Amino acid sequence: MEYYLQLIVNGLVVGSIYSLVALGFVIIYKATKVVNFAQGEMVMVGAYICFALTVQFNIPFIWAFLITLGFSVLLGLAIERMVLRPLIGEEHISVIMVTVGMSSVLKSLVQLCWGTQIKVYPQVLPTEPVMIAGLPVAPVYIAAFILSVILFAVFSVFFKYSRTGVAMRATAFDQQAAQSMGIGIKNIFAMSWCIACIVSAVGGVILGNINGINSHIGHLGLKVFPAVILGGLDSLLGAALGGLIIGVLENVCDGAARQFFNLGGFREVAAFIILVVILMIKPYGLFGTKEIERV
Amino acid sequence: MDDILKVENLEVVYNDVVLVLKGLSLACPRGRITALLGANGAGKSTTLKAISGLLETEDGEVTDGVVLYNDEPIQGLIPERIVKRGIFQVMEGRRIFEDLTVEENLRCGAFTRPRSEIAESMERVYAYFPRLKERSRQLAGYMSGGEQQMCAIGRAIMARPELLLLDEPSLGLAPLLVEEIFEIIKRFNQDEGVTILLVEQNARAALSVAERAYIMENGRVVMDGTADDLLHNPDVQEFYLGMGRTGDKKSYRDVKHYRRRKRWLG
Repeated sequence: MEYYLQLIVNGLVVGSIYSLVALGFVIIYKATKVVNFAQGEMVMVGAYICFALTVQFNIPFIWAFLITLGFSVLLGLAIERMVLRPLIGEEHISVIMVTVGMSSVLKSLVQLCWGTQIKVYPQVLPTEPVMIAGLPVAPVYIAAFILSVILFAVFSVFFKYSRTGVAMRATAFDQQAAQSMGIGIKNIFAMSWCIACIVSAVGGVILGNINGINSHIGHLGLKVFPAVILGGLDSLLGAALGGLIIGVLENVCDGAARQFFNLGGFREVAAFIILVVILMIKPYGLFGTKEIERV
Repeated sequence: MDDILKVENLEVVYNDVVLVLKGLSLACPRGRITALLGANGAGKSTTLKAISGLLETEDGEVTDGVVLYNDEPIQGLIPERIVKRGIFQVMEGRRIFEDLTVEENLRCGAFTRPRSEIAESMERVYAYFPRLKERSRQLAGYMSGGEQQMCAIGRAIMARPELLLLDEPSLGLAPLLVEEIFEIIKRFNQDEGVTILLVEQNARAALSVAERAYIMENGRVVMDGTADDLLHNPDVQEFYLGMGRTGDKKSYRDVKHYRRRKRWLG
């Protein structure tokens, strides 16, 4: 029993990172209807930048983290301005293909700068586990979870109450009508890429603190697909829950496969099996909008 | 008379090939309601979009002519700039943000306005449309068509424009509701001194509130005058108000119909 509890706790932590990255994904999809295949690589870039600042430049972690966030804003702006703005008005499929290309470019750039070896973050938090409900949990796990929750709360408030947040939702629903209201949709697009870069970078830094980083960290971007599709592509709440559910399920399935069938590595595929099942029984996801039908 | 908006010889091309407006000219006197009437495809909506800058998102382009707003040319500006200058378009078909609440929809209308005046503007909208107040927390997509139109006009009130472009506010509404909406439009014009350019298919309703009107066919203005003149013009009565020359209903047996109409299509 304790074995499974431990798996669930681990799942929640990994899941909270999925949720963060999924949040970025959903924001871009909501505002621009672009499916961003480079989401995982944005995680990777954030993780490596923070790594470089702390280890190679010896900047205290907290400052390195803040600078990473600033850099993410610039990265988001650069991607929007150089890669996506020229494509406004083109077919969605071309834009999506461009994000696939962008993921390769980002990945290669990172390998060019830092190689492919695993890099380890310096220890920031104490390693002594904290006991929660009789289970030992590493402080970094708790910090990761809390940070994710805070970010989600911040963005929920942002989308509900701030003028820009509401304008972003309006743009997501009807670009032309938003324009007729004086909402600058180019700014809105840029803003959504910035936010996506920021949350991805935070996810990357957390991941780096837990496991260390290598250039395969970008595969996380793929794991986010089951999460967002489970939650519904355009729902923030869905991204949060979808991430957590996928995180827990893949850990528990992996544990069960290990225990009963003596199979290793089931973790890698569990999420995608779940994805296929979701697509068959509930293609809009748990919270995805179908379309309001007035009767 | 002092014209807030002057459109001169406007030519609009869609997709580089389709010539939709062929030298259209019109003027809106400050503080008055001007109606722009015409059949489907005459180019009424295109005219409004050319003024508000929304043409650009539809692959349309102003190839000739000028749009003067307060005597300054505004054609080719991006929509945000034009809204900031005080022109607000209520688009055809309401275009409500369905998964936002009514209140959030209204807030979007005030996007270019200082935050400090939003609360007051909101009260103003609720004074015009008490029904919106009851539903302020409801998702706009679940409201009836009439309420959605109220919400769309409410967004315009939030923006406090100097010039309001209204595209078919009567679309898909019951006759009683059309009357109510037009009364509110009239009141808004009188209370706030807002100039309104009104595009309509429902010529009778439009002429009942407008002072001047233009009639468009095929991308150009074919007739203009005061609302009263047009209401009593036999051609307008026949083609737009559905009355025969003697005042009874038009019959298709009248073969001369085609010849007279052709002149308008020219």
